[in-house]
Amino acid sequence: MANDPGRNTKRLSMIVTKGSLDWAYPPFILATTAAAMGLEVSMFFTFYGLTLLKKKLDLTVTTLGNPAMAMPMFGMHIGMPNLMSAIPGVDAAASAMMKNLIKKKGVASIEELRDMALESDVEMVACQMTMDLFEYTLDDMIEGPVLGGAATFIETATKSDINLFI
Amino acid sequence: MADQILDAKGLNCPLPILRAKKALKDVPMGGTLQVIATDPGAVKDFEAFCRTTGNELVESTSEGKVFNFVIKRMS
Repeated sequence: MANDPGRNTKRLSMIVTKGSLDWAYPPFILATTAAAMGLEVSMFFTFYGLTLLKKKLDLTVTTLGNPAMAMPMFGMHIGMPNLMSAIPGVDAAASAMMKNLIKKKGVASIEELRDMALESDVEMVACQMTMDLFEYTLDDMIEGPVLGGAATFIETATKSDINLFI
Repeated sequence: MADQILDAKGLNCPLPILRAKKALKDVPMGGTLQVIATDPGAVKDFEAFCRTTGNELVESTSEGKVFNFVIKRMS
């Protein structure tokens, strides 16, 4: 990140804590768009958000704890009650359905957005403590992220115009 | 006639903006990029994108479900 005081660059920083397919979108959409709009962007991946840095992504959605989830089916919207998640295969089916919709509607894949974020120099910081906690090393992750901790994020946050917790 | 044309039909948010940003790099300063899109959200998004990046949105029209934008590269 450039620290040239003469530059009038806005900054966006984000804490990314969730690693499901649906929750992977907001941080990557905002990161790529902000970078395209000239902002300097930093993403701090912690807890389940670390999943989004893995070389091979296998992201899923769950109906559990997602009471507002409804899928377009048979020309209407079918609700997905929490309890359905207990039935084997339901979450896998919901995930497959979501991935189909993503493709059909011209929505970028998370892999695509992540590549674009890296291409546009979005800084990615992997939380050292949660890497330890879940027994990950940087070898498990794509190339690009650096390791950091709470102080790293706080320093970035104090210099940012927008700070989001996702 | 624009210097460059980007067909972003069928692409959803934020892809039209991201592709446009990429395409603008190949447009000379003061030149124009035409973007053709079908994402209705792109109307407000291209306005915001241009305001924030200092580029000029010289045209924003629609014909049925197709939206047409012309951006003049200023930055």
